[in-house]
Amino acid sequence: MFMMSYQLPEFVIERREDKCIKCRVCERQCAFEGHEYDEEFDRMFSYEDKCVGCQRCVVFCPTNALIIKPHPGDYRPNANWTREKLQDLKKQAETGGVILTGSGNDKGYRIYWDHLVLNASQVTNPSIDPLREPMELRTFLGRKPDSLQLEIDGDDVQITTELTPNVAIETPIVFTAMSYGAISYQAFKSLAMAASEFGTLFNTGEGGLPTELRKYGKNAIVQCASGRFGVDPEYLNCSAAVEIKIGQGAKPGIGGHLPGEKVSVWISETRMIPEGTDALSPAPQHDIYSIEDLSMLIYALKEATNYEKPVSVKIAAVHNAPAIASGMVRAGADIIALDGLRGGTGAAPKIIRDNVGIPIEMALASVDRRLREEGIRNKASILVAGGFRNSGDVLKAIALGADAVYIGSPALIAMGCTMCQKCYTGKCNWGICTQDPYLTKRLNPEIASQRLVNLLRGWSHEIKEMLGGMGINAIESVRGNRDHLRGVGLEDWELDVLGVKGAGEV
Amino acid sequence: MRILSKPEVCIGCHLCEIWCAVAHSRSKDIIKAFLYEEPKPVSRIVVEDRMPVSFAIQCRNCDEPECVTACISGALYKDIDGRVVHDSSKCVGCYSCVMACPYGSIRIDKSTQKVVKCDLCDGDPVCVRICPNDALMIVEEGEAYEEV
Repeated sequence: MFMMSYQLPEFVIERREDKCIKCRVCERQCAFEGHEYDEEFDRMFSYEDKCVGCQRCVVFCPTNALIIKPHPGDYRPNANWTREKLQDLKKQAETGGVILTGSGNDKGYRIYWDHLVLNASQVTNPSIDPLREPMELRTFLGRKPDSLQLEIDGDDVQITTELTPNVAIETPIVFTAMSYGAISYQAFKSLAMAASEFGTLFNTGEGGLPTELRKYGKNAIVQCASGRFGVDPEYLNCSAAVEIKIGQGAKPGIGGHLPGEKVSVWISETRMIPEGTDALSPAPQHDIYSIEDLSMLIYALKEATNYEKPVSVKIAAVHNAPAIASGMVRAGADIIALDGLRGGTGAAPKIIRDNVGIPIEMALASVDRRLREEGIRNKASILVAGGFRNSGDVLKAIALGADAVYIGSPALIAMGCTMCQKCYTGKCNWGICTQDPYLTKRLNPEIASQRLVNLLRGWSHEIKEMLGGMGINAIESVRGNRDHLRGVGLEDWELDVLGVKGAGEV
Repeated sequence: MRILSKPEVCIGCHLCEIWCAVAHSRSKDIIKAFLYEEPKPVSRIVVEDRMPVSFAIQCRNCDEPECVTACISGALYKDIDGRVVHDSSKCVGCYSCVMACPYGSIRIDKSTQKVVKCDLCDGDPVCVRICPNDALMIVEEGEAYEEV
């Protein structure tokens, strides 16, 4: 039975014929086949129903002949039944399926970063010029001792407390978990190269670490997730830290599914699964049903790595995050990773992405407070993910209590991503979220890694400038220092949860 | 000086061909060159593609160039810098060089009925400059190149 689609096109493709030279670059760049050259008519034709608005053709058009913009055609205005709601519903009526999407939550939930402002020094305390004076961004991730015993013999000072393993990073910004399989080999390698060059970390995600990339291991957080893909002793031991993935901000409570067509021979080798088979990550870790079970896995991984690596546990930010985080620390986690409501994904049910979880700002503030109240904040570092857009967000997160910030979407955007949300189609025109060799070639790791290094450098510079303005010369002094934050336009309960005063309050 | 092609990062966008044609046009303006200029500009570089494999190729400036041997009028010669140079004023349009070139790097300009070939843009090749994925690079004599 033929069923006509009632969908409206999402984008308008405007081709300015006075500029189009029919070079066919747009046609070649679009994996969705949105443009076509017709030899008979010697003309370019465009198909708006195929356009995903990724802007690849626009950027590549040598004469700027193309304009891609949201389609103005719309249903009768209705605050309740928006265009998106109608479109989704029609799509389901046509398919009967779960609506999939990619990247992060795009809904209008309050972004608390935009309601928090930072402090600066004026008159009574001097600000610092980071270009003239040293400024410390180095951060140590891992468990810190409860107290420090020193043995002082003249000038010789020895620490006698047994220290637990910590990882030093040169900037409090870490690339978040994005697996080889979810993203292309080229994108994955670019992250590894950039982390290594800048002295920070990337996270392998749950897809393992290809053997030839294990030279980047000392800059890798290797993940052990519910599918256990690619986990072997060398994988664990070549790393800087090991992470147990319980949940992901974009899809709390949901597992993962890498379709078999993406499981190439290389991915199958890395993940240790047969070529062409679906890589299924169960929703829960089937051996973890309690904090005690979690503790067993944490210590199994510590045992496997000779107690030389900090072990991180990553959860999605959910209502009960503070209590869960407390349990995680007591179970032996050295790093608590929290992934918020706006965290990205390669594929997730849209209904989950848009409706499940809590904003990272709230989760971070409440987890940090809970761990402080219980006197165990020193036992774990807090890494936060999901919704960081610039260095201001990063510094605000650190002032709210984070040790460092995981960035995913910003790294992808630096490499070319335009947040078109079509990651799940496997046709990423930017060569990031695809395994098609024609498309993955588009990402040259030499260029992409430089773009990532530039991103880290730019944000680090800006953080130093903001710290200098506050009169602070080390990131350590602003960590959890909520006095440097004030809320603007927030309700009392929000200020309470965040633990910050309102602007103007002293 | 030679231009090296890196197939592993060539994305087959053909932008090198387009900008090469512009660089060898009368107006040097992309829209004028393609839409209004007559004769139409001819690219000196060709992208060979059978996706996912693609690479851009132009004159290799061979050590022993077959085109120079084949040229019946002395229009093609190797200069003291080792470049294969084409003197259009001597070209008689016999296309012997086109048949002799093993890389297909000599192209016919139908408007003049003579041939055109890569002139390395006087040392600053536009194809190398505009390649969006660094798939073309300049290699000086004896320089090694490491794969990404």
